[in-house]
Amino acid sequence: MRTWKFGDNIDTDAIIPGRFLTINDAAELATHAFEGIRDEFSKEAKEGDIIVAGRNFGCGSSREHAPLALTGAGIQMVIAESFARIFYRNSINVGLLPVICPQASEITEKDQVIPHLNEGFLEVSGKKMPTEPVPEFLRRIIDAGGLVAYAKTIRSEDLCTK
Amino acid sequence: MAGTITEKIFSARCGKEVAAGEVIMAPISGAMIHDITGPLAIEKFYEMGGKKVFDPAKIIMLFDHQVPADSLNAAEIQKNMRIFAKEQGIHNYDIKEGVCHQVTLEKGRVCPGDIVIGSDSHTCMYGAVGAFATGVGSTDMGFALRYGCLYFRIPESIRADVTGKFQKRVGAKDLILNIIKDITVDGATYKAVEFTGDTIGSLNMPGRMTCCNMAIEMGGKAGIVPPNRVTKEYLSGRCTCRDESLVSDPDAVYASWRNYDVSDLVPQVAVPHNVDQVVDVTDIAGTHVDQVFIGSCTNGRFEDLMEAAEVLGDKKFSDEVRVLVIPASKAEYLKALRAGIIEQFVEAGALVEAPCCGPCMGGSFGLIASGEVSFSTSNRNFKGRQGSAEGKVFLGSAATAAATAIYGEITDPREVR
Ligand code: SF4
Repeated sequence: MRTWKFGDNIDTDAIIPGRFLTINDAAELATHAFEGIRDEFSKEAKEGDIIVAGRNFGCGSSREHAPLALTGAGIQMVIAESFARIFYRNSINVGLLPVICPQASEITEKDQVIPHLNEGFLEVSGKKMPTEPVPEFLRRIIDAGGLVAYAKTIRSEDLCTK
Repeated sequence: MAGTITEKIFSARCGKEVAAGEVIMAPISGAMIHDITGPLAIEKFYEMGGKKVFDPAKIIMLFDHQVPADSLNAAEIQKNMRIFAKEQGIHNYDIKEGVCHQVTLEKGRVCPGDIVIGSDSHTCMYGAVGAFATGVGSTDMGFALRYGCLYFRIPESIRADVTGKFQKRVGAKDLILNIIKDITVDGATYKAVEFTGDTIGSLNMPGRMTCCNMAIEMGGKAGIVPPNRVTKEYLSGRCTCRDESLVSDPDAVYASWRNYDVSDLVPQVAVPHNVDQVVDVTDIAGTHVDQVFIGSCTNGRFEDLMEAAEVLGDKKFSDEVRVLVIPASKAEYLKALRAGIIEQFVEAGALVEAPCCGPCMGGSFGLIASGEVSFSTSNRNFKGRQGSAEGKVFLGSAATAAATAIYGEITDPREVR
Protein backbone atom coordinates (compact mmCIF):
# COMPACT_ATOMS: atom_id res chain seq x y z
CA MET A 1 0.00 0.00 0.00
CA ARG A 2 1.34 3.35 -1.01
CA THR A 3 0.51 6.82 0.29
CA TRP A 4 0.15 9.53 -2.33
CA LYS A 5 0.70 12.96 -0.84
CA PHE A 6 -0.87 16.12 -2.24
CA GLY A 7 -1.05 19.72 -1.01
CA ASP A 8 -3.87 22.18 -0.35
CA ASN A 9 -6.74 23.08 -2.70
CA ILE A 10 -6.41 20.10 -5.03
CA ASP A 11 -9.25 20.89 -7.41
CA THR A 12 -11.39 18.62 -9.52
CA ASP A 13 -9.74 19.88 -12.70
CA ALA A 14 -6.46 18.57 -11.29
CA ILE A 15 -8.02 15.23 -10.36
CA ILE A 16 -9.61 14.79 -13.78
CA PRO A 17 -9.22 17.49 -16.44
CA GLY A 18 -12.29 18.75 -18.28
CA ARG A 19 -11.29 17.22 -21.58
CA PHE A 20 -11.95 13.69 -20.26
CA LEU A 21 -15.46 14.22 -18.99
CA THR A 22 -17.16 12.42 -21.83
CA ILE A 23 -15.73 9.28 -20.23
CA ASN A 24 -18.04 7.80 -17.62
CA ASP A 25 -16.22 4.58 -16.82
CA ALA A 26 -14.19 4.64 -13.60
CA ALA A 27 -11.33 2.46 -14.86
CA GLU A 28 -10.95 4.51 -18.03
CA LEU A 29 -11.17 7.79 -16.14
CA ALA A 30 -8.42 6.50 -13.87
CA THR A 31 -5.99 6.40 -16.77
CA HIS A 32 -6.20 10.22 -16.84
CA ALA A 33 -6.30 10.92 -13.10
CA PHE A 34 -4.00 13.82 -12.14
CA GLU A 35 -2.87 14.06 -15.75
CA GLY A 36 -0.46 16.94 -16.22
CA ILE A 37 -0.24 17.39 -12.44
CA ARG A 38 1.21 14.08 -11.36
CA ASP A 39 1.58 11.81 -14.34
CA GLU A 40 2.97 8.79 -12.50
CA PHE A 41 -0.23 8.44 -10.47
CA SER A 42 -2.29 6.79 -13.20
CA LYS A 43 0.54 4.40 -14.01
CA GLU A 44 1.58 3.40 -10.52
CA ALA A 45 -1.48 3.69 -8.26
CA LYS A 46 -2.61 0.30 -6.95
CA GLU A 47 -5.66 -1.12 -5.27
CA GLY A 48 -5.73 -0.01 -1.66
CA ASP A 49 -3.40 2.98 -2.03
CA ILE A 50 -4.33 6.04 0.00
CA ILE A 51 -4.36 9.70 -0.95
CA VAL A 52 -3.35 12.19 1.71
CA ALA A 53 -3.88 15.90 1.21
CA GLY A 54 -4.13 19.24 2.95
CA ARG A 55 -7.05 21.62 3.03
CA ASN A 56 -10.02 21.84 0.69
CA PHE A 57 -9.41 18.66 -1.29
CA GLY A 58 -11.71 18.33 -4.31
CA CYS A 59 -12.68 21.98 -4.64
CA GLY A 60 -14.25 23.16 -7.85
CA SER A 61 -16.67 21.37 -10.04
CA SER A 62 -19.48 18.97 -9.17
CA ARG A 63 -18.08 16.36 -11.56
CA GLU A 64 -18.49 12.95 -10.02
CA HIS A 65 -15.87 11.87 -12.50
CA ALA A 66 -13.33 13.05 -9.91
CA PRO A 67 -14.08 10.56 -7.11
CA LEU A 68 -14.83 7.95 -9.78
CA ALA A 69 -11.40 8.39 -11.36
CA LEU A 70 -9.87 7.76 -7.94
CA THR A 71 -11.95 4.64 -7.26
CA GLY A 72 -11.03 3.47 -10.76
CA ALA A 73 -7.37 3.77 -9.78
CA GLY A 74 -7.99 1.56 -6.75
CA ILE A 75 -8.13 4.33 -4.15
CA GLN A 76 -10.64 3.59 -1.41
CA MET A 77 -9.79 6.38 0.97
CA VAL A 78 -8.73 10.01 0.82
CA ILE A 79 -7.44 11.55 4.03
CA ALA A 80 -7.40 15.34 4.13
CA GLU A 81 -7.44 18.21 6.56
CA SER A 82 -10.68 19.33 4.95
CA PHE A 83 -12.76 18.63 1.85
CA ALA A 84 -14.77 20.74 -0.52
CA ARG A 85 -18.45 20.12 0.04
CA ILE A 86 -19.59 18.60 -3.26
CA PHE A 87 -16.56 16.34 -3.55
CA TYR A 88 -17.09 15.08 0.01
CA ARG A 89 -20.68 14.15 -0.65
CA ASN A 90 -19.96 12.72 -4.11
CA SER A 91 -17.23 10.53 -2.65
CA ILE A 92 -19.58 9.02 -0.12
CA ASN A 93 -22.21 8.52 -2.79
CA VAL A 94 -19.85 6.57 -5.03
CA GLY A 95 -18.12 4.61 -2.29
CA LEU A 96 -14.86 6.51 -1.86
CA LEU A 97 -14.25 7.19 1.81
CA PRO A 98 -13.28 10.80 2.63
CA VAL A 99 -11.59 10.97 6.02
CA ILE A 100 -11.11 14.31 7.74
CA CYS A 101 -7.93 14.36 9.80
CA PRO A 102 -6.82 17.79 11.04
CA GLN A 103 -3.20 16.58 11.16
CA ALA A 104 -3.22 15.10 7.65
CA SER A 105 -0.51 17.48 6.47
CA GLU A 106 1.95 15.86 8.87
CA ILE A 107 1.61 12.50 7.12
CA THR A 108 4.40 11.77 4.63
CA GLU A 109 4.61 9.33 1.74
CA LYS A 110 6.92 7.16 3.82
CA ASP A 111 4.36 6.70 6.57
CA GLN A 112 2.43 3.52 7.09
CA VAL A 113 -1.21 4.54 7.63
CA ILE A 114 -3.61 2.16 9.36
CA PRO A 115 -7.14 3.51 9.74
CA HIS A 116 -9.19 2.81 12.87
CA LEU A 117 -12.18 4.83 11.80
CA ASN A 118 -14.73 3.40 14.17
CA GLU A 119 -12.42 4.32 17.01
CA GLY A 120 -11.86 7.74 15.43
CA PHE A 121 -8.16 7.73 14.70
CA LEU A 122 -5.42 6.85 12.22
CA GLU A 123 -2.31 5.01 13.22
CA VAL A 124 0.44 6.78 11.30
CA SER A 125 3.73 4.90 11.66
CA GLY A 126 2.77 4.14 15.24
CA LYS A 127 1.47 7.63 16.03
CA LYS A 128 -2.22 8.30 16.73
CA MET A 129 -3.96 11.02 14.76
CA PRO A 130 -7.63 11.76 15.50
CA THR A 131 -10.18 11.78 12.68
CA GLU A 132 -13.50 13.59 12.60
CA PRO A 133 -16.70 11.56 12.68
CA VAL A 134 -18.92 11.43 9.59
CA PRO A 135 -22.36 13.05 10.04
CA GLU A 136 -25.00 10.49 10.93
CA PHE A 137 -27.05 10.65 7.71
CA LEU A 138 -23.94 10.15 5.62
CA ARG A 139 -22.83 7.28 7.84
CA ARG A 140 -26.00 5.46 6.83
CA ILE A 141 -25.15 5.96 3.15
CA ILE A 142 -21.60 4.70 3.71
CA ASP A 143 -22.89 1.68 5.62
CA ALA A 144 -25.29 0.86 2.80
CA GLY A 145 -22.38 0.99 0.33
CA GLY A 146 -23.19 4.26 -1.43
CA LEU A 147 -26.28 6.23 -2.33
CA VAL A 148 -27.54 3.83 -5.00
CA ALA A 149 -27.63 0.96 -2.53
CA TYR A 150 -29.04 3.23 0.14
CA ALA A 151 -31.83 4.40 -2.15
CA LYS A 152 -33.04 0.84 -2.44
CA THR A 153 -33.54 0.67 1.33
CA ILE A 154 -35.35 3.96 1.61
CA ARG A 155 -38.90 4.00 2.97
CA SER A 156 -41.53 6.22 1.42
CA GLU A 157 -42.11 7.99 4.75
CA ASP A 158 -38.49 9.16 4.66
CA LEU A 159 -39.19 11.08 1.49
CA CYS A 160 -40.54 14.58 1.35
CA THR A 161 -42.19 15.63 -1.85
CA LYS A 162 -44.37 18.58 -0.96
CA MET B 1 -37.52 31.74 15.81
CA ALA B 2 -35.35 34.20 13.93
CA GLY B 3 -33.94 32.88 10.71
CA THR B 4 -31.68 33.71 7.80
CA ILE B 5 -33.25 33.80 4.38
CA THR B 6 -31.80 30.33 3.79
CA GLU B 7 -33.32 28.89 6.98
CA LYS B 8 -36.64 30.50 6.12
CA ILE B 9 -36.68 28.95 2.65
CA PHE B 10 -36.08 25.48 4.09
CA SER B 11 -38.68 26.00 6.82
CA ALA B 12 -41.28 27.13 4.30
CA ARG B 13 -40.61 24.34 1.81
CA CYS B 14 -40.36 21.59 4.43
CA GLY B 15 -43.40 22.77 6.32
CA LYS B 16 -41.67 22.96 9.67
CA GLU B 17 -39.28 25.23 11.47
CA VAL B 18 -35.67 24.22 10.77
CA ALA B 19 -32.34 25.83 11.54
CA ALA B 20 -28.75 25.74 10.33
CA GLY B 21 -26.96 22.51 11.12
CA GLU B 22 -30.04 20.32 10.82
CA VAL B 23 -30.16 17.64 8.17
CA ILE B 24 -33.42 17.33 6.34
CA MET B 25 -34.94 15.62 3.35
CA ALA B 26 -36.26 18.61 1.42
CA PRO B 27 -38.40 18.78 -1.71
CA ILE B 28 -36.85 20.06 -4.93
CA SER B 29 -38.55 22.92 -6.77
CA GLY B 30 -36.42 22.46 -9.84
CA ALA B 31 -33.47 20.52 -11.24
CA MET B 32 -31.08 21.14 -14.11
CA ILE B 33 -28.82 18.66 -15.87
CA HIS B 34 -26.36 19.20 -18.71
CA ASP B 35 -24.23 17.23 -21.14
CA ILE B 36 -21.31 16.60 -18.77
CA THR B 37 -22.87 15.43 -15.55
CA GLY B 38 -26.29 14.49 -16.89
CA PRO B 39 -25.39 11.10 -18.37
CA LEU B 40 -24.13 9.78 -15.03
CA ALA B 41 -27.19 11.18 -13.26
CA ILE B 42 -29.44 9.32 -15.67
CA GLU B 43 -27.43 6.15 -15.17
CA LYS B 44 -27.80 6.48 -11.39
CA PHE B 45 -31.51 7.21 -11.72
CA TYR B 46 -31.94 3.86 -13.45
CA GLU B 47 -29.61 2.06 -11.04
CA MET B 48 -31.81 3.26 -8.20
CA GLY B 49 -34.74 1.58 -9.90
CA GLY B 50 -36.10 4.77 -11.44
CA LYS B 51 -38.66 4.44 -14.19
CA LYS B 52 -40.38 7.82 -14.36
CA VAL B 53 -38.81 11.03 -13.06
CA PHE B 54 -40.64 12.61 -10.11
CA ASP B 55 -42.04 15.50 -12.12
CA PRO B 56 -40.89 16.20 -15.67
CA ALA B 57 -42.18 19.78 -15.50
CA LYS B 58 -39.65 20.58 -12.78
CA ILE B 59 -36.62 19.29 -14.66
CA ILE B 60 -34.70 20.86 -17.50
CA MET B 61 -31.94 19.55 -19.66
CA LEU B 62 -29.56 21.34 -21.96
CA PHE B 63 -26.20 20.96 -23.62
CA ASP B 64 -23.58 23.65 -23.28
CA HIS B 65 -20.20 22.23 -22.33
CA GLN B 66 -19.26 20.47 -25.52
CA VAL B 67 -21.46 21.95 -28.19
CA PRO B 68 -22.02 21.53 -30.98
CA ALA B 69 -20.77 18.01 -30.24
CA ASP B 70 -17.02 18.25 -30.58
CA SER B 71 -16.24 14.55 -30.45
CA LEU B 72 -17.91 11.27 -31.16
CA ASN B 73 -18.22 10.66 -27.42
CA ALA B 74 -19.99 13.97 -26.95
CA ALA B 75 -22.32 13.20 -29.84
CA GLU B 76 -23.28 9.82 -28.39
CA ILE B 77 -23.86 11.30 -24.95
CA GLN B 78 -26.08 14.01 -26.31
CA LYS B 79 -28.00 11.51 -28.41
CA ASN B 80 -28.73 9.36 -25.36
CA MET B 81 -29.77 12.34 -23.31
CA ARG B 82 -32.17 13.45 -26.02
CA ILE B 83 -33.78 10.03 -25.92
CA PHE B 84 -34.11 10.23 -22.13
CA ALA B 85 -35.72 13.68 -22.32
CA LYS B 86 -38.24 12.50 -24.90
CA GLU B 87 -39.14 9.37 -22.99
CA GLN B 88 -39.55 11.26 -19.75
CA GLY B 89 -41.22 14.36 -21.12
CA ILE B 90 -38.45 16.61 -19.82
CA HIS B 91 -37.94 19.95 -21.51
CA ASN B 92 -34.68 19.78 -23.42
CA TYR B 93 -33.25 23.10 -24.60
CA ASP B 94 -30.60 21.05 -26.36
CA ILE B 95 -27.74 23.10 -27.87
CA LYS B 96 -29.93 26.01 -28.83
CA GLU B 97 -30.11 28.27 -25.81
CA GLY B 98 -26.71 28.66 -24.24
CA VAL B 99 -24.96 28.15 -20.90
CA CYS B 100 -27.04 26.20 -18.39
CA HIS B 101 -27.20 28.69 -15.54
CA GLN B 102 -27.97 31.66 -17.69
CA VAL B 103 -30.69 29.76 -19.51
CA THR B 104 -32.26 28.36 -16.33
CA LEU B 105 -32.74 31.87 -14.94
CA GLU B 106 -33.70 33.44 -18.24
CA LYS B 107 -36.44 30.91 -18.82
CA GLY B 108 -38.00 31.71 -15.46
CA ARG B 109 -37.17 28.28 -14.06
CA VAL B 110 -36.23 29.66 -10.66
CA CYS B 111 -38.35 31.76 -8.31
CA PRO B 112 -37.55 33.41 -4.99
CA GLY B 113 -37.94 30.90 -2.19
CA ASP B 114 -37.33 27.85 -4.38
CA ILE B 115 -34.94 25.04 -3.54
CA VAL B 116 -33.19 24.24 -6.79
CA ILE B 117 -30.37 21.87 -7.62
CA GLY B 118 -28.22 21.46 -10.67
CA SER B 119 -25.58 18.88 -11.41
CA ASP B 120 -23.07 21.69 -11.80
CA SER B 121 -21.17 23.55 -9.12
CA HIS B 122 -22.17 27.02 -10.32
CA THR B 123 -25.84 26.30 -9.74
CA CYS B 124 -25.37 28.66 -6.78
CA MET B 125 -25.89 31.44 -9.35
CA TYR B 126 -29.69 31.09 -9.02
CA GLY B 127 -29.44 32.66 -5.60
CA ALA B 128 -29.43 35.91 -7.59
CA VAL B 129 -33.24 35.74 -7.62
CA GLY B 130 -33.52 34.84 -3.94
CA ALA B 131 -33.70 31.07 -4.27
CA PHE B 132 -31.65 28.49 -2.42
CA ALA B 133 -29.72 26.80 -5.19
CA THR B 134 -26.79 24.46 -4.97
CA GLY B 135 -24.67 22.21 -7.13
CA VAL B 136 -24.78 18.47 -6.56
CA GLY B 137 -23.05 15.46 -8.05
CA SER B 138 -24.61 13.02 -10.45
CA THR B 139 -25.64 10.39 -7.91
CA ASP B 140 -27.43 12.97 -5.77
CA MET B 141 -29.05 14.24 -8.96
CA GLY B 142 -30.11 10.72 -9.91
CA PHE B 143 -31.72 10.39 -6.49
CA ALA B 144 -33.51 13.72 -6.85
CA LEU B 145 -34.73 12.88 -10.37
CA ARG B 146 -36.26 9.76 -8.99
CA TYR B 147 -37.67 10.93 -5.64
CA GLY B 148 -38.06 14.70 -6.03
CA CYS B 149 -36.21 15.38 -2.83
CA LEU B 150 -32.74 15.25 -1.39
CA TYR B 151 -30.87 15.33 1.90
CA PHE B 152 -29.63 18.77 2.77
CA ARG B 153 -27.67 19.98 5.72
CA ILE B 154 -29.08 23.45 6.23
CA PRO B 155 -26.08 25.76 6.02
CA GLU B 156 -25.03 28.54 8.32
CA SER B 157 -24.73 31.84 6.50
CA ILE B 158 -21.98 34.36 6.02
CA ARG B 159 -23.36 37.81 5.50
CA ALA B 160 -21.51 40.03 3.04
CA ASP B 161 -22.83 43.54 3.47
CA VAL B 162 -21.81 45.84 0.65
CA THR B 163 -22.02 49.62 0.57
CA GLY B 164 -20.61 52.43 -1.56
CA LYS B 165 -20.74 53.36 -5.23
CA PHE B 166 -18.52 51.68 -7.81
CA GLN B 167 -15.97 53.79 -9.67
CA LYS B 168 -16.23 53.85 -13.43
CA ARG B 169 -15.25 50.52 -15.03
CA VAL B 170 -15.36 48.72 -11.69
CA GLY B 171 -18.26 46.39 -10.97
CA ALA B 172 -19.69 43.17 -9.63
CA LYS B 173 -16.81 40.95 -10.82
CA ASP B 174 -14.27 43.13 -9.05
CA LEU B 175 -16.43 43.06 -5.94
CA ILE B 176 -16.82 39.30 -5.83
CA LEU B 177 -13.10 38.73 -6.49
CA ASN B 178 -12.38 41.10 -3.61
CA ILE B 179 -14.81 39.21 -1.36
CA ILE B 180 -13.21 35.88 -2.29
CA LYS B 181 -9.79 37.30 -1.50
CA ASP B 182 -11.11 38.16 1.95
CA ILE B 183 -13.08 34.97 2.66
CA THR B 184 -10.54 32.68 0.86
CA VAL B 185 -11.15 29.62 -1.30
CA ASP B 186 -12.49 27.51 1.52
CA GLY B 187 -13.70 30.17 3.94
CA ALA B 188 -17.35 29.59 3.08
CA THR B 189 -17.27 25.78 2.87
CA TYR B 190 -20.70 24.35 3.77
CA LYS B 191 -22.10 27.86 4.16
CA ALA B 192 -24.47 30.10 2.28
CA VAL B 193 -23.13 33.52 1.37
CA GLU B 194 -25.83 36.13 1.70
CA PHE B 195 -25.15 39.36 -0.17
CA THR B 196 -26.87 42.41 1.30
CA GLY B 197 -26.45 46.16 1.68
CA ASP B 198 -27.32 49.19 -0.43
CA THR B 199 -24.87 48.35 -3.20
CA ILE B 200 -26.39 44.92 -3.66
CA GLY B 201 -29.93 46.26 -3.30
CA SER B 202 -29.38 48.52 -6.29
CA LEU B 203 -27.15 46.11 -8.23
CA ASN B 204 -28.69 44.89 -11.49
CA MET B 205 -29.56 41.24 -12.01
CA PRO B 206 -26.48 40.40 -14.14
CA GLY B 207 -24.25 41.75 -11.37
CA ARG B 208 -26.09 39.68 -8.76
CA MET B 209 -25.65 36.62 -10.94
CA THR B 210 -21.91 37.26 -11.15
CA CYS B 211 -21.66 37.47 -7.35
CA CYS B 212 -23.79 34.40 -6.60
CA ASN B 213 -22.09 32.42 -9.37
CA MET B 214 -18.77 32.68 -7.59
CA ALA B 215 -19.98 31.76 -4.09
CA ILE B 216 -18.69 28.24 -4.82
CA GLU B 217 -15.20 29.68 -5.32
CA MET B 218 -15.15 30.28 -1.55
CA GLY B 219 -16.47 26.79 -0.98
CA GLY B 220 -20.00 28.17 -0.54
CA LYS B 221 -22.98 25.88 -0.77
CA ALA B 222 -25.09 28.74 -2.05
CA GLY B 223 -25.01 32.44 -2.76
CA ILE B 224 -28.17 34.40 -2.18
CA VAL B 225 -29.47 37.92 -2.65
CA PRO B 226 -32.73 38.85 -0.90
CA PRO B 227 -35.24 39.57 -3.64
CA ASN B 228 -36.40 43.16 -4.12
CA ARG B 229 -37.76 45.47 -6.81
CA VAL B 230 -34.86 44.61 -9.17
CA THR B 231 -35.65 40.90 -8.83
CA LYS B 232 -39.32 41.49 -9.39
CA GLU B 233 -38.66 43.43 -12.57
CA TYR B 234 -36.37 40.69 -13.86
CA LEU B 235 -38.89 37.96 -13.10
CA SER B 236 -41.95 39.71 -14.48
CA GLY B 237 -43.00 37.88 -17.59
CA ARG B 238 -40.66 35.00 -16.79
CA CYS B 239 -42.43 33.30 -13.91
CA THR B 240 -45.22 33.74 -11.45
CA CYS B 241 -43.65 33.71 -8.07
CA ARG B 242 -45.03 32.95 -4.69
CA ASP B 243 -42.85 35.00 -2.40
CA GLU B 244 -40.94 38.04 -3.42
CA SER B 245 -40.47 39.57 -0.01
CA LEU B 246 -38.12 37.04 1.55
CA VAL B 247 -35.58 38.55 3.86
CA SER B 248 -33.52 37.42 6.84
CA ASP B 249 -34.86 38.36 10.23
CA PRO B 250 -33.00 41.24 11.88
CA ASP B 251 -31.84 38.98 14.69
CA ALA B 252 -30.91 36.01 12.50
CA VAL B 253 -27.70 34.27 13.50
CA TYR B 254 -24.73 34.41 11.10
CA ALA B 255 -21.49 32.44 11.11
CA SER B 256 -19.81 35.72 10.30
CA TRP B 257 -20.71 39.17 9.10
CA ARG B 258 -18.36 41.02 6.76
CA ASN B 259 -18.59 44.58 5.51
CA TYR B 260 -17.32 45.81 2.17
CA ASP B 261 -17.18 49.34 0.83
CA VAL B 262 -16.69 49.49 -2.92
CA SER B 263 -16.05 53.25 -3.15
CA ASP B 264 -12.28 52.81 -3.48
CA LEU B 265 -12.32 49.41 -5.13
CA VAL B 266 -10.12 49.20 -8.24
CA PRO B 267 -10.37 46.48 -10.92
CA GLN B 268 -9.42 43.14 -9.38
CA VAL B 269 -7.62 40.22 -11.00
CA ALA B 270 -7.30 36.65 -9.72
CA VAL B 271 -3.84 35.35 -10.58
CA PRO B 272 -2.92 31.66 -11.07
CA HIS B 273 -3.80 29.17 -9.71
CA ASN B 274 -6.34 29.90 -6.97
CA VAL B 275 -9.36 32.16 -7.14
CA ASP B 276 -8.48 33.89 -3.86
CA GLN B 277 -5.09 35.00 -5.17
CA VAL B 278 -6.51 38.38 -6.00
CA VAL B 279 -4.57 41.57 -6.69
CA ASP B 280 -5.32 45.07 -7.91
CA VAL B 281 -4.99 45.24 -11.68
CA THR B 282 -2.32 47.90 -11.22
CA ASP B 283 -0.10 45.32 -9.48
CA ILE B 284 0.15 43.09 -12.52
CA ALA B 285 -0.48 45.49 -15.39
CA GLY B 286 1.88 44.67 -18.25
CA THR B 287 1.68 40.88 -17.92
CA HIS B 288 1.68 39.39 -21.42
CA VAL B 289 -1.36 37.34 -22.48
CA ASP B 290 -1.94 35.02 -25.44
CA GLN B 291 -5.69 34.62 -25.27
CA VAL B 292 -8.60 36.63 -23.92
CA PHE B 293 -11.95 34.97 -23.29
CA ILE B 294 -15.02 37.12 -22.72
CA GLY B 295 -17.95 34.88 -21.85
CA SER B 296 -19.17 32.13 -19.46
CA CYS B 297 -21.99 31.99 -16.94
CA THR B 298 -20.05 34.43 -14.78
CA ASN B 299 -19.66 37.28 -17.27
CA GLY B 300 -21.08 36.44 -20.67
CA ARG B 301 -24.20 38.55 -20.49
CA PHE B 302 -25.17 41.52 -22.64
CA GLU B 303 -24.12 43.96 -19.91
CA ASP B 304 -20.64 42.39 -19.83
CA LEU B 305 -20.31 42.48 -23.60
CA MET B 306 -21.47 46.10 -23.54
CA GLU B 307 -18.87 46.93 -20.93
CA ALA B 308 -16.19 45.36 -23.13
CA ALA B 309 -17.48 47.18 -26.19
CA GLU B 310 -17.32 50.51 -24.40
CA VAL B 311 -13.71 49.96 -23.44
CA LEU B 312 -12.93 48.83 -26.97
CA GLY B 313 -14.50 51.84 -28.70
CA ASP B 314 -13.12 52.12 -32.22
CA LYS B 315 -9.83 50.46 -31.35
CA LYS B 316 -8.63 47.05 -32.53
CA PHE B 317 -7.59 44.05 -30.49
CA SER B 318 -3.87 43.33 -30.41
CA ASP B 319 -2.55 41.10 -33.21
CA GLU B 320 -0.68 39.17 -30.55
CA VAL B 321 -3.86 38.01 -28.82
CA ARG B 322 -6.55 35.53 -29.73
CA VAL B 323 -9.80 37.05 -28.56
CA LEU B 324 -12.82 34.79 -28.05
CA VAL B 325 -16.18 36.34 -27.34
CA ILE B 326 -18.96 33.93 -26.42
CA PRO B 327 -22.34 35.29 -25.30
CA ALA B 328 -23.81 33.26 -22.43
CA SER B 329 -27.10 32.60 -24.19
CA LYS B 330 -29.05 33.06 -27.36
CA ALA B 331 -31.04 35.87 -25.77
CA GLU B 332 -27.88 37.71 -24.72
CA TYR B 333 -26.37 37.08 -28.15
CA LEU B 334 -29.39 38.62 -29.85
CA LYS B 335 -29.28 41.68 -27.63
CA ALA B 336 -25.61 42.16 -28.49
CA LEU B 337 -26.27 41.61 -32.17
CA ARG B 338 -29.04 44.17 -32.20
CA ALA B 339 -26.88 46.67 -30.33
CA GLY B 340 -24.25 46.30 -33.05
CA ILE B 341 -21.47 45.28 -30.70
CA ILE B 342 -20.94 41.83 -32.19
CA GLU B 343 -19.94 43.57 -35.40
CA GLN B 344 -17.67 45.82 -33.39
CA PHE B 345 -15.94 42.79 -31.82
CA VAL B 346 -15.53 41.03 -35.14
CA GLU B 347 -14.17 44.16 -36.79
CA ALA B 348 -11.69 44.53 -33.94
CA GLY B 349 -10.39 41.03 -34.56
CA ALA B 350 -12.33 38.80 -32.15
CA LEU B 351 -13.74 35.39 -32.87
CA VAL B 352 -17.39 35.40 -31.81
CA GLU B 353 -18.71 31.93 -31.08
CA ALA B 354 -22.25 30.71 -30.55
CA PRO B 355 -23.44 30.52 -26.91
CA CYS B 356 -21.73 27.72 -24.93
CA CYS B 357 -19.14 27.25 -22.19
CA GLY B 358 -16.24 27.44 -24.62
CA PRO B 359 -12.75 27.50 -23.12
CA CYS B 360 -14.12 27.91 -19.59
CA MET B 361 -14.34 24.19 -19.00
CA GLY B 362 -11.12 23.34 -20.79
CA GLY B 363 -12.59 20.37 -22.56
CA SER B 364 -13.93 21.73 -25.77
CA PHE B 365 -12.37 24.37 -28.00
CA GLY B 366 -10.20 27.40 -27.31
CA LEU B 367 -7.67 25.60 -25.14
CA ILE B 368 -4.33 27.15 -24.23
CA ALA B 369 -0.99 25.45 -24.81
CA SER B 370 1.87 24.99 -22.35
CA GLY B 371 3.44 28.27 -21.33
CA GLU B 372 0.49 30.27 -22.63
CA VAL B 373 -1.49 32.81 -20.67
CA SER B 374 -5.24 33.31 -20.77
CA PHE B 375 -7.14 36.27 -19.41
CA SER B 376 -10.69 35.19 -18.82
CA THR B 377 -13.98 36.59 -17.50
CA SER B 378 -14.97 33.16 -16.19
CA ASN B 379 -14.72 31.88 -12.65
CA ARG B 380 -11.81 29.45 -12.29
CA ASN B 381 -8.08 29.82 -12.77
CA PHE B 382 -7.12 26.33 -11.64
CA LYS B 383 -4.09 24.70 -13.17
CA GLY B 384 -5.18 23.16 -16.46
CA ARG B 385 -8.69 24.63 -16.31
CA GLN B 386 -8.43 26.04 -19.83
CA GLY B 387 -6.09 23.51 -21.37
CA SER B 388 -2.48 22.79 -20.54
CA ALA B 389 -1.56 22.41 -16.87
CA GLU B 390 1.55 24.35 -17.86
CA GLY B 391 -0.58 27.32 -18.88
CA LYS B 392 -1.83 30.18 -16.75
CA VAL B 393 -5.29 31.67 -16.32
CA PHE B 394 -6.03 35.14 -14.94
CA LEU B 395 -9.58 36.17 -14.08
CA GLY B 396 -11.18 39.59 -14.21
CA SER B 397 -14.11 41.62 -15.46
CA ALA B 398 -15.18 42.08 -19.07
CA ALA B 399 -13.87 45.66 -18.96
CA THR B 400 -10.43 44.49 -17.83
CA ALA B 401 -10.50 41.68 -20.39
CA ALA B 402 -11.26 44.10 -23.21
CA ALA B 403 -8.52 46.50 -22.12
CA THR B 404 -6.13 43.56 -21.91
CA ALA B 405 -7.11 42.34 -25.37
CA ILE B 406 -6.40 45.74 -26.90
CA TYR B 407 -2.83 45.88 -25.62
CA GLY B 408 -1.93 42.21 -25.41
CA GLU B 409 -1.00 42.65 -21.78
CA ILE B 410 -3.00 42.97 -18.59
CA THR B 411 -4.32 46.51 -18.64
CA ASP B 412 -6.29 48.67 -16.23
CA PRO B 413 -9.57 49.44 -18.04
CA ARG B 414 -9.68 52.87 -16.42
CA GLU B 415 -6.57 53.78 -18.40
CA VAL B 416 -8.16 53.11 -21.78
CA ARG B 417 -9.56 56.21 -23.44
S1 SF4 C 1 -19.44 28.59 -18.43
FE1 SF4 C 1 -17.83 27.57 -17.29
S2 SF4 C 1 -18.42 27.69 -15.14
FE2 SF4 C 1 -20.24 28.18 -16.39
S3 SF4 C 1 -21.31 26.24 -16.59
FE3 SF4 C 1 -19.96 26.43 -18.36
S4 SF4 C 1 -18.05 25.40 -17.77
FE4 SF4 C 1 -19.24 25.77 -15.90
